[in-house]
Amino acid sequence: MAAFGTAAGRPLSGRGGSPGFRFTLYALLSVIVMYLDQRAHYLEQVHYALQAAAYPLQLAVNSPSAAWRWLQESVQTREALRAENARLRAGARDLELRAMRYEALAQENGELRGLREALPPVADRWLPAEIVNIQLSSLRQRLLLNRGAANGVFKGQAVLDDKGLIGQTTHVGPWSAEVILITDPEHAVPVRVERTGLRTIAVGAGDTTSLALPYLPGNADIRSGDLLVTSGLGGVFPEGYPVARVTEVHRDAVQPLAQVRAAPLAHVDSDSEVMLVWFRADHPAAPAPPASAGGELKSGNPAMQPQPAAPKSHAAPQAAPHEPAAPPSRSAPAPLPPQETAAAQAPEAPKSVQAVEAVPAAAAVPGQGQP
Amino acid sequence: MNPDSRTRLLLSALLALILTVLPLPWWLDVARPAFLVLTVLYWSVNAPRAGGLAIGFFAGLMLDVFQGPVLGEHALALSLITYIAVREHQRIRSKPAIQQALIVFPALMLYEVLLFMIDGWTGHPVTSPLRWVHTVSGALIWPPAAAILSYGAGHRA
Repeated sequence: MAAFGTAAGRPLSGRGGSPGFRFTLYALLSVIVMYLDQRAHYLEQVHYALQAAAYPLQLAVNSPSAAWRWLQESVQTREALRAENARLRAGARDLELRAMRYEALAQENGELRGLREALPPVADRWLPAEIVNIQLSSLRQRLLLNRGAANGVFKGQAVLDDKGLIGQTTHVGPWSAEVILITDPEHAVPVRVERTGLRTIAVGAGDTTSLALPYLPGNADIRSGDLLVTSGLGGVFPEGYPVARVTEVHRDAVQPLAQVRAAPLAHVDSDSEVMLVWFRADHPAAPAPPASAGGELKSGNPAMQPQPAAPKSHAAPQAAPHEPAAPPSRSAPAPLPPQETAAAQAPEAPKSVQAVEAVPAAAAVPGQGQP
Repeated sequence: MNPDSRTRLLLSALLALILTVLPLPWWLDVARPAFLVLTVLYWSVNAPRAGGLAIGFFAGLMLDVFQGPVLGEHALALSLITYIAVREHQRIRSKPAIQQALIVFPALMLYEVLLFMIDGWTGHPVTSPLRWVHTVSGALIWPPAAAILSYGAGHRA
């Protein structure tokens, strides 16, 4: 310890005061940064810059697995490639056959709705993104994508794979974007049971294989095998995209709420490529208008999404048994009065989840819902 | 000698950060020690002047960028245990590695308790008991990790 021996004589306070003083300084700085990041959202630019600074390291960590994938692809045999080609061609033919009647059906649908012409698809354009293979946080369900603001990615953008919904972007850097998966406990998707039109909220259960539907009353019409699609409420995901399939319904006479589990349709844990989707803002099935969505998303709290759905889910459990043919209302986001949406954006996430929780509970008690 | 130990400090911190974000199978990932925290602790104890609190703070900030729900969370927790390590460095340094591991364990617990509380306050709670596993694995890996980190400095000790 000769190196430090020379310095051992003088006190540990080098430049910048004693360790205690400097610790107080750093602790204060941390608390201020935390406060700004959490409450005031002044730190978007800082986040953006830090995300950019972190990206080279993330790419470096990713590079061995990327190289391995590239190597695997480049040493594939001719037979394997030919087999894959045949499989893809068969798949494409299937899709073409299925899409053949699409134009006619869309036209017919438009006529049934009293529109002069068929609606364009709600998805305006999409961008494939690769998952950067790094560990963000082991107990949270997050991903990093190799597309960012330079590609037009924005915060709160829907992320899909070929089977269903994956999640939405939370932090966007210039070349990378962090995605919160629908299976993260902090994430909630407003969903609709396709069979009955019953609306509720699917909350992540914290592992890659399940979602929980905690806000359904015990007598809700839901059974194992039901398909859950996005309901279009909440301002992030458009209406009608598949989310999950109900795997388990547990009704307990003592509990006012049913315990329902669902398995996400997207291969949340095994995908290597996903889709970032831009939606047509003027489409009836599109999520809430960008103006109000922007205000909500700035807060960066994905758990806030259940909020706008709350009044709906209040009505849904009561209405469901009487009118199972509740139309899959295309115009879902439109009728939300502006003040309702505004009020929904104000509170913090945990409170909002609690608020939503309280609503179906109240609805389940007879006579307390609507006099 | 000071610049030399600072270079080694930065290099080892970078390596530890890479080890922290390296993708691992799930069961291994849960037991993954907080390498960057251990590295910062090691340098605070063995070269308190080379890095000290600044390294603790900025390493914590890096952890926040990579895995924190809120900026400043890991920075605060790591600053605190770095401060304790720097203050008590002479007492900790004089002990054999096994006893050091017994001191590292409560330090990691303190770090994790702080993270747990901040997670809760800011509305991003992770209540899984698995979050505590790394404190044990971190203490277990301390003796070999400290031996590796002191490898270059061995001839000077």
